[in-house]
Amino acid sequence: MSGVEFVPLSLTPMLIGVLSAIACALPGNFLLLRKQALIGDAISHVVLPGIVTAFLLTGIVAAVPMMLGAAGAAVVAVVMIEAIRRLGNIEPGAAMGLTFTTLFAAGVLLLEQSDTSGVHLDVEHALYGNLESLIWLDAIGWESLLAPVALAGLPPELARVAIALCGVVVFLWLFWRPLVLSTFDESFAQSMGVPTTALGIAVVMVSALAAVAAFDAVGSIIVIAMFICPPAAARLMTNRLEHQIAWSVVFAGLSAVLGYVLAGYGPLWIGFEDAVSAAGMIATVSGLILAVAAFCAPHRHRTGAPAL
Amino acid sequence: MSVSLAANEGVAPSSSSVSDSPLAIRGMTVSYGQKPVVFSVDMTVAEGSMTAIIGPNGAGKSTLLKAALGIVSPLAGQATVFGKPLKSARHRIAYVPQRASVDWDFPTRVIDVVLMGLSRELGLLRRIRPHHMDKARVCLERVGMTEFAERQIGQLSGGQQQRVFLARALAQNADLYLLDEPFAGVDAATEKAIIDVLKALRSEGKTVVAVHHDLTTVPTYFDRVFLINTRRVAEGTVAEAFTPDRLHKTYGGRLATGQIDQLELAAG
Repeated sequence: MSGVEFVPLSLTPMLIGVLSAIACALPGNFLLLRKQALIGDAISHVVLPGIVTAFLLTGIVAAVPMMLGAAGAAVVAVVMIEAIRRLGNIEPGAAMGLTFTTLFAAGVLLLEQSDTSGVHLDVEHALYGNLESLIWLDAIGWESLLAPVALAGLPPELARVAIALCGVVVFLWLFWRPLVLSTFDESFAQSMGVPTTALGIAVVMVSALAAVAAFDAVGSIIVIAMFICPPAAARLMTNRLEHQIAWSVVFAGLSAVLGYVLAGYGPLWIGFEDAVSAAGMIATVSGLILAVAAFCAPHRHRTGAPAL
Repeated sequence: MSVSLAANEGVAPSSSSVSDSPLAIRGMTVSYGQKPVVFSVDMTVAEGSMTAIIGPNGAGKSTLLKAALGIVSPLAGQATVFGKPLKSARHRIAYVPQRASVDWDFPTRVIDVVLMGLSRELGLLRRIRPHHMDKARVCLERVGMTEFAERQIGQLSGGQQQRVFLARALAQNADLYLLDEPFAGVDAATEKAIIDVLKALRSEGKTVVAVHHDLTTVPTYFDRVFLINTRRVAEGTVAEAFTPDRLHKTYGGRLATGQIDQLELAAG
């Protein structure tokens, strides 16, 4: 494929897909080990009411207020989950399921009642994102990567997911030791004075940051899939957390690239005319990778794992 | 409490004063929901002693330790460690939680778990140097687990897992060791290995407190006992406090008189 065609049309969607996938997969490793994987699901659903509320308050479709609205909704969701869990004495999975369906439903009602018909704000967009439309029309080929004028025309989503990914990486790098310690053995960590509650909230907040940034570009399907599938497949590849993290990054990147290519060209190869949703294909590929890992990966039988 | 003629007075130091005790608990009350699990408990651990916390299931033994460590927040009461508030004395404590409290499927190796005991000196970002690894290996050697250093922790037996937990506590290089049921579900060889390590710690002048279940081994393993059933029942040397009437009071009807007679034989 020539750079003249690839760089403007496919490079940025692919990059945004890869960066979003990795930004979600990284904290996903910890959510999975903390048995909080559903949090990713919860966050990506509650983003909808957050965005609608932001639109109703500001009256415009702009990135900053919407991301703030989404982040605010994520905070509300996390507080609600904790409150339901503690006050209602309900198990965490049920508390999460309850919270995100209720808030998502509220978002749908809000959307219906508000006058958003004239703007690009709908449920489908929230689910699938608009990865294919994040093209870089200022680019004329690979040389544009070095041209400041062309670079200024990059889709803003790219910078946003890149910043979110940097935030995630810095957080994990900085707090790696206490995070691992409190994830593995919370009471031991507490006995050493590690603020485990604050760390637990921080993991969820960082996940929310990744989810909100990725959501805008790639929709909630990818966000949900990337929080769970790459880390779960990675766990089957190794018995060391450092290696698991590395594998999850590889699987997330692979899902994004392979999913994007398959969505764009796969149907053509087998005789169909139209491309399919890149978001749907990326999530499907990540699920297939997990399926393959479940059958073939080296550490799928573990003595420490609970028996079936 | 006056120290009377005690059979093992030689090993059991008399109660140290509250002001410099390795662990002094005052008025500790903890409740889960409506029901108090620990009620207004005082405890003064003697320096250089090995104390067994004993009592029936649900008597608040583990909770008392957790409250002393700030892991659960008490309704009332406080703990001081070597005369200082907990916050400024955490570095002098090593804690061994119940083995069942963690997920052993966690993707980590034996040596990594022992290195967690060095968290304080490693801080957030300091690199693990060869001397840290050496320290961790020495701790593994003390519990006889050197050859398992590279294993994933899920591939160990229950006894081996317990030894790894003890090695991690050794790596903390503390003065006070708090262990929550270190002998629960372990094989005989591990039990011996653990008690040998604990006795070695005591002979180095360290203080050991363990939640303990097996009454028959109390007199041979420990020099002091702390009897609890939500409230403190008794505290003292084995000769003072590990007596039939106190055990009756602690366990109520749950311990048959015959069993207590057997214990007396064991203690004799």
